[in-house]
Amino acid sequence: MNSRGLRSQLKDSVPVAGLCPQGAYGVQDSLRSGFTSVKNELLPSHPLELSEKNLQLNQDKMNFSTLRNIQGLHAPLKLQMEYRAARQIQRLPFLRSSNLALDTLRGSDESIGFEDILNDPAQSEVMGEPHMMVEYKLGLL
Amino acid sequence: MATLTMSRPPFGGFSFENCKRNATLEGETSKLGFSLPAARKTGTTICGVVFKDGVVLGADTRATEGMVVADKNCSKIHYISPNIYCCGAGTAADTEMTTQIISSNLELHSLSTGRLPRVATANRMLKQMLFRYQGYIGAALVLGGVDCNGPHLYSIYPHGSTDKLPYVTMGSGSLAAMAVFEDRYKPNMEEEEAKRLVRDAIAAGIFNDLGSGSNIDLCVITKGNVDYIRPHDEANKKGVRTGDYKYKRGTTAVLTKAISPLDLEVVEESVQTMDTS
Repeated sequence: MNSRGLRSQLKDSVPVAGLCPQGAYGVQDSLRSGFTSVKNELLPSHPLELSEKNLQLNQDKMNFSTLRNIQGLHAPLKLQMEYRAARQIQRLPFLRSSNLALDTLRGSDESIGFEDILNDPAQSEVMGEPHMMVEYKLGLL
Repeated sequence: MATLTMSRPPFGGFSFENCKRNATLEGETSKLGFSLPAARKTGTTICGVVFKDGVVLGADTRATEGMVVADKNCSKIHYISPNIYCCGAGTAADTEMTTQIISSNLELHSLSTGRLPRVATANRMLKQMLFRYQGYIGAALVLGGVDCNGPHLYSIYPHGSTDKLPYVTMGSGSLAAMAVFEDRYKPNMEEEEAKRLVRDAIAAGIFNDLGSGSNIDLCVITKGNVDYIRPHDEANKKGVRTGDYKYKRGTTAVLTKAISPLDLEVVEESVQTMDTS
């Protein structure tokens, strides 16, 4: 059973094809994401921004479709079930979780990339406000 | 920041938050006539050659920042693994960080497989990473090493394409170095001959290209042995001052000398202790 409320799932589950705002009904959520400008939403600030945002998603899609072609439908289904289970092992939303099981499944515990060196979330200067983050996750907000 | 909260946990990696601001800044300053500071590059000559028992890599040692030499003796041959070394041209920070990341990844990989890493593995890791960033990481590399399949030499371009060749050159002085290679390369050379060839190729780059200069570093990799010769040849030595503007003693003749001693008596003596606790 997914611990996230249905409403928050709907908000985040749309795969990011462009830079459309993340609020409900596609309207900008000023409380959480700040003020808007049309230019910000239409054009990415850097050509790599979109591709980096979707990197994990695209890589997974590619790997799963290759796996399906080689080993049949069962293999990616089983793996995705394991990913879903591993993704649920989290601390409270405003605390950082290690995601150890997810890393081991993905194989990213054996590689170092720029996401481990630059902008390390462990050294982040801001912290999410606990109440709002929990309410967002439960879908109450 | 106009936000009150953040609803999504922060993730690492490159952050593109300031790109729009930087673009505006650049527009503004260019209107006023200034230019933003340039990244430190290694306008360079790097090259490599495969000889009978292994690989010889060579590099010059100048790092430039726009029109100024930033480092007269920088080291451009980076360690990847005990049997693989990599020369880097392009933006200095990019080559440094990229080779360090790949070196760490290769170490983890070799611990996981339990074998000495192969040059082809390093090549594939580098090209996949550079392609992912679509050439925005300005690192042009010459990768060479000896593994269980023999000596290998690859050249890797910033957009992620690679070539496997017996002799390669990269950097701003690559044409000068390639001219030397094309003239004198022979397959299956001896070690001394290969070292002389690389030295001459880098020297051609140093003397004919403004972006390359100072000394020549060499790295000879054979099966089981690496010779990192830094510097192999000081092609550009800074001169020694031949003259001196100080006058010697006796330049002015002494006519008379009169000595008068000063009599000083001790009037008072007091001791002040320092607090050294």
